[in-house]
Amino acid sequence: MNIVAIHDLSTRLGDVWVHRDVNLEIMRGDVLALVGGSGSGKTALLHQMIGLLAPDQGEIRVFGEPLYGGGRAREVALRRRFGVLFQHGALFSAFNVFDNIAFPLRELRVLDAGLIHDLVMLKLAMVELLPRHARLMPAELSGGMIKRVALARALALEPELLLLDEPTAGLDPDRSDSFVQLIRALREELDLTVLLVSHDLDTVAALATRVAVLAEQRILAVGSMAEVMRVDHPFIRNFFFSERARRALEHTDLADPAPA
Amino acid sequence: MPGRRNNIRAANLPAPELLVRTQGDGGCELILSGEWTLGALLPRLGTLARAMAERPPAALVSWNCLAIATIDSAGAMLLWRAWGRALPTLLSASPEQLGIFSRIADADREDEQGPPRSKFEWLRGVGDGVMQIARHLLDFIELLGRLLQDGAYLLRRPGEIPQREIFANVYKSGVLAMPVTALVGFLIGIVLSYLSALQLRNFGADVYIVNILGLGIIRELGPVLVAVLVAGRSGSAMTAQLGVMRVTEEIDALATMGVSRSLRLVLPKVLALALTMPLLVLWTTAIALIGGMVSAHLQLDIGYGFFFDLLPKVVPVANLWIGLAKGFVFGIVVALVACHFGLRVRPNTESLSANTTSSVVIAITAVILVDAIFAVASRHIGMPF
Repeated sequence: MNIVAIHDLSTRLGDVWVHRDVNLEIMRGDVLALVGGSGSGKTALLHQMIGLLAPDQGEIRVFGEPLYGGGRAREVALRRRFGVLFQHGALFSAFNVFDNIAFPLRELRVLDAGLIHDLVMLKLAMVELLPRHARLMPAELSGGMIKRVALARALALEPELLLLDEPTAGLDPDRSDSFVQLIRALREELDLTVLLVSHDLDTVAALATRVAVLAEQRILAVGSMAEVMRVDHPFIRNFFFSERARRALEHTDLADPAPA
Repeated sequence: MPGRRNNIRAANLPAPELLVRTQGDGGCELILSGEWTLGALLPRLGTLARAMAERPPAALVSWNCLAIATIDSAGAMLLWRAWGRALPTLLSASPEQLGIFSRIADADREDEQGPPRSKFEWLRGVGDGVMQIARHLLDFIELLGRLLQDGAYLLRRPGEIPQREIFANVYKSGVLAMPVTALVGFLIGIVLSYLSALQLRNFGADVYIVNILGLGIIRELGPVLVAVLVAGRSGSAMTAQLGVMRVTEEIDALATMGVSRSLRLVLPKVLALALTMPLLVLWTTAIALIGGMVSAHLQLDIGYGFFFDLLPKVVPVANLWIGLAKGFVFGIVVALVACHFGLRVRPNTESLSANTTSSVVIAITAVILVDAIFAVASRHIGMPF
């Protein structure tokens, strides 16, 4: 069953066509990495998938349903089924950590305060933070902690689909590794489908089960890492076979397969 | 109404169910089935919680979770709370479910309560408030001191006067403020003149309209009006600008390049307002007098030429100097208060909005206070009689 289906999507920002006839499917249980150069419209595509930006042409279905139409209640219910981790965390700076994670739960307006407290504490433990961190304000957190709190907030409503925008951008390699480990553990534990937008080949190699390459306004290739690396295209060569990429891939069995 | 918030999942998947099977020995077995996920639970939360509460003593109840299709941490937490935060002795559950419960147990162990609230919390609030005011005063004095140092430094090295910043601020807070101050001044002039004319006509003292308008607007109303407008317009902008620069670490970046923030950011604003405020006062006063003149002409039939001739005779020129001096001082006050609050912004949105509000409120209050001091100090100057 596909969780996200993008069909013949075209996007125009101003006078420029960012995408033309993009087709992409995310299946249940996938960890799909969307890679592409700067300005290739990765973020625009992500924003369209979460309903922040309406597509100009074509259609996006999430969980088999269109994102728009059918009344406010339906749109809200659909949006509650996926969680988004924004690049800079997007924590509400006026709330402390506890209230940030509790916010989506409180918005349901059904749960009582005791249950919300317990659920927030559980989410904090899931992202490996301590209960005393709950009282901190976002301004007092380190970059790695901001990402963890944002992840806990994205997971608050028990989503089936998790969308990660540059999850490891701005983290040092150590924290980046441990954050990737955390996402991987949570994905297995919670049976999540994940879409990952990233520049970082390390992160992509460590997490993704499938890779989609976005360039020249369309999806160049979709498939496993090895399959995508066999496609001969300047962007793919540059992304997967540069000196930096070779170092990143050294520890996987993908290192150095000659492009076909 | 919880039913309206029904998740779509609940529509096509088995809803969470709780079946109670009573046993001979007075105990019972609770059989759970269906989807115990947050989305499916929401519409039935109250019913299920009540059903789980109405049961015999815990020792006689056995729980059967094997028929649960899916359970997420919200569903598990609901059960955990119903169990009184410990696994029941009689429980049949799959290994995955036990895994979820053990994670909850781990999280529970870590959860500590904060220190209890003291009875004397209010006393602490009062103390905090006093300390806050003291800190504000200290910071303000420090800012003043640093500006004086900067001024002394610039006198020795005039080449480093931040001219571009000063004139940019003059343009933004002076030239661009001219339309709005003119409009407000003109309307106030008309209103003041109209209301005074109604009273003066009763006494046949029509001519005194010139005295009232001249003295009131030039000495008092013009400077205060401009100060209030500039505090709302430029003061808030200055606070917000400095605040955002703090949020985005631009101020820290300046400091590491060896650029003094007081010299490059605060001083230009203070000098610019000290320069433009008297000019704005002059401009607004003139427009307000024109408004008054128009209204006096229409209401009392006082000619423009007569008004012009009479004005310098009944209003000593000292009043104009007092008005301009007030403008100068008010400008410095508004800019200093705005910069003081701008530099106190902490990197979050709440702090930014709170400090911008304080900046405008304190600036206007300070202007009124300073105006009162002016009134007392200059009570023997510029009075016609």
